[in-house]
Amino acid sequence: MPAPIRLRELIRTIRTARTQAEEREMIQKECAAIRSSFREEDNTYRCRNVAKLLYMHMLGYPAHFGQLECLKLIASQKFTDKRIGYLGAMLLLDERQDVHLLMTNCIKNDLNHSTQYVQGLALCTLGCMGSSEMCRDLAGEVEKLLKTSNSYLRKKAALCAVHVIRKVPELMEMFLPATKNLLSEKNHGVLHTSVVLLTEMCERSPDMLSHFRKLVPQLVRILKNLIMSGYSPEHDVSGISDPFLQVRILRLLRILGRSDDDSSEAMNDILAQVATNTETSKNVGNAILYETVLTIMDIKSESGLRVLAINILGRFLLNNDKNIRYVALTSLLKTVQTDHNAVQRHRSTIVDCLKDLDVSIKRRAMELSFALVNGNNIRGMMKELLYFLDSCDPEFKADCASGVFLAAEKYAPSKRWHIDTIMRVLTTAGSYVRDDSVPNLIQLITNSVEMHAYTVQRLYKALLDDISQQPLVQVSSWCIGEYGDLLVSGQCEEEEPIQDEVLDVLEGLLVSNLSTPVTRGYALTAIMKLSTRFSSVNRIKKVVSIYGSSIDVELQQRAVEYNALFKKYDHMRPALLERMPIMEKTATNGPTEIVQTNGETEPSVLDTKHPPPVTQPANQVRTLKQFWYLHSVLCCCSDPVSPWTFQLQLLSPSSNVVPALNQGTVTQVIRVLNPQKQQLRMRIKLTYTHKGSPVQDLAEVNNFPPQSWQ
Amino acid sequence: QRFKGLGITIRFILIQNRAGKTRLAKWYMQFDDDEKQKLIEEVHAVVTVRDAKHTNFVEFRNFKIIYRRYAGLYFCICVDVTDNNLAYLEGIHNFVEVLNEYFHNVCELDLVFNFYKVYTVVDEMFLAGEIRETSQTKVLKQLLMLQSLE
Repeated sequence: MPAPIRLRELIRTIRTARTQAEEREMIQKECAAIRSSFREEDNTYRCRNVAKLLYMHMLGYPAHFGQLECLKLIASQKFTDKRIGYLGAMLLLDERQDVHLLMTNCIKNDLNHSTQYVQGLALCTLGCMGSSEMCRDLAGEVEKLLKTSNSYLRKKAALCAVHVIRKVPELMEMFLPATKNLLSEKNHGVLHTSVVLLTEMCERSPDMLSHFRKLVPQLVRILKNLIMSGYSPEHDVSGISDPFLQVRILRLLRILGRSDDDSSEAMNDILAQVATNTETSKNVGNAILYETVLTIMDIKSESGLRVLAINILGRFLLNNDKNIRYVALTSLLKTVQTDHNAVQRHRSTIVDCLKDLDVSIKRRAMELSFALVNGNNIRGMMKELLYFLDSCDPEFKADCASGVFLAAEKYAPSKRWHIDTIMRVLTTAGSYVRDDSVPNLIQLITNSVEMHAYTVQRLYKALLDDISQQPLVQVSSWCIGEYGDLLVSGQCEEEEPIQDEVLDVLEGLLVSNLSTPVTRGYALTAIMKLSTRFSSVNRIKKVVSIYGSSIDVELQQRAVEYNALFKKYDHMRPALLERMPIMEKTATNGPTEIVQTNGETEPSVLDTKHPPPVTQPANQVRTLKQFWYLHSVLCCCSDPVSPWTFQLQLLSPSSNVVPALNQGTVTQVIRVLNPQKQQLRMRIKLTYTHKGSPVQDLAEVNNFPPQSWQ
Repeated sequence: QRFKGLGITIRFILIQNRAGKTRLAKWYMQFDDDEKQKLIEEVHAVVTVRDAKHTNFVEFRNFKIIYRRYAGLYFCICVDVTDNNLAYLEGIHNFVEVLNEYFHNVCELDLVFNFYKVYTVVDEMFLAGEIRETSQTKVLKQLLMLQSLE
């Protein structure tokens, strides 16, 4: 049998393949050759064959038939064999395969080998992929090597120990004695890996953590020497002495100083020193500074030091290197709650980052900006954030819009500003706002009584421009329905539309393809409400009757009910479609339900469940007014999932005249069906005539005895 | 959830070219071959769409990738979200400088034809998912010693 081709040869051949299929063919051919070679138990070329197999594996082809061969190579005496064997083991084997355990004995022998490079191979393999069983078996050997004077091996043993501890945490104790003198090492590599080992032990065990706290002075000293020492060619990176070691020490200090006042105090000075003395012109210096900042923020540092840390982050924000800006924003976001004032000082720089090109920087800048908004800076910040909302990617718009709403709600300097801001969001990012913003906005607008005219005018104009953004359309329709009278009455500053124009717009929404079914519902209800605010009642009647046969069930039901309102209960219409009262925000679903009750639910309840008492018209109006508010308030308290937890039945009042001079009373029975045992509250509005003039009276009953509803 | 290893720092190191061919894949956590392949493809997809205006850090599943592009090769290290990005960026650069020195102005073909030696370099500088030796002079000395044994 001819000698198997060399690795280089194979690589070269495979690279000449022009198609995937050609490559596959070559690979299959070679694998077949390798397989027969393995079967012949050829020692001479095993190494070469496995190397080739590993190369093909790297290209993505299966190579599991070579696993046992790797073991044979590991057991060989030749270094080249061992080396490829161990590499193969690391690439092809994992701890879920039984074959893996067969390595244990080989590794054990190699850990005690006379050549340090073989020992090194074994340590490396064990440290990268040793299973828990292997680690248990070999921990003792690793521990021995941790105490050797050979620094090459000590470094590897330290990290191997880290792996062992991760796999079998109970073995941590056994490494404790060996750690005693680790930090007095001069060798940087050993020092570095020792710090890693100590870090691992401290992170895993609170006992170890307390035990190692006594090392803080020593660590501080080492760090100090690193900073003060002169040029050390072996570990120098851009003029800084062993930055990797500095970073690891800082990290260990962080873990030791966390929640411990004494340790934190002991490291205060060195942290300040590192923070002020580190050269910042290159990334490597900034890496150290960054770790320092992380440490300062995590331990119990004094406030001066914390301010220093935040100022470093502030300087990072001005750095040309976007990586550095990114880490600064990430850290500032974590500290903005605890060190709010210090972070505020860098607000303008943070806001500038909204214009950055990198998406992750923009996102952090946005989150941070919202965290920094307060009553003092709301106007300026909102300008920037609205500008950002205009121009940002779609993935940001929803979050930004929500953030703007929240901030506006908390800090709005005036109602007009608030409504203007909301309008701006709805017009620029209207399709991205969340669903719950519609009822929230409606409630806000309702409660800003003096702004009704202004708001409805602006919303109407917005509708004229664009009917595609559903949340905007919904809020606008609702407002027009509610305040349409203000819109056409000349209360607005500009030229007011005429009634027919407004109805045109609303009808347009009903037929437009852009409107969702929910929007159509809003539009229809709005049109209905205008029947008591506008004079073109006939037109409205016509529209309503048309939709009585709409395919959309919701729309149809509404239209049918409104029709009924026109035909059978026309005398109740004004009362039912009256202006909404100021709403309290009781439950989060409160406003939604109130909106639903407005003008549409009463008719259905009236029609299907509770025929109203048939008495004189004036009486009915009074009765209904009470009923309406009763219903809306009760819905406020009811289960958000099913608004119809109550059923009401109003019986006729005992009389429709209250005798004068307290000579008698009028009673009216209201029957409440409350199957879900929700708390009862009632708001009553009485309207009556006294000496010919109408009088209104409002009352609330909140103290129903629990027995009545439980 | 598998990726939330307490204390494991580096999950894997990858060297890929722009076309997606893997030149080195060092895993410090257990993955199936399928998972490994999927990760390789995902990392490639995520990293190659980025350009000079992006940072060198990508949030990836529930950890992050620190990467740097050298000519046609992407060097990626996958670390925990809490790790120091800037320090690992330095780590990558340190590693690349060693490769450069060891192979005398390294190019992709060097990594292809000497793939097993590249693993040796990785194993001299990293172990158990941590940075092990950072002194370039020391590493190069060891590498030459190892070479002499072949």
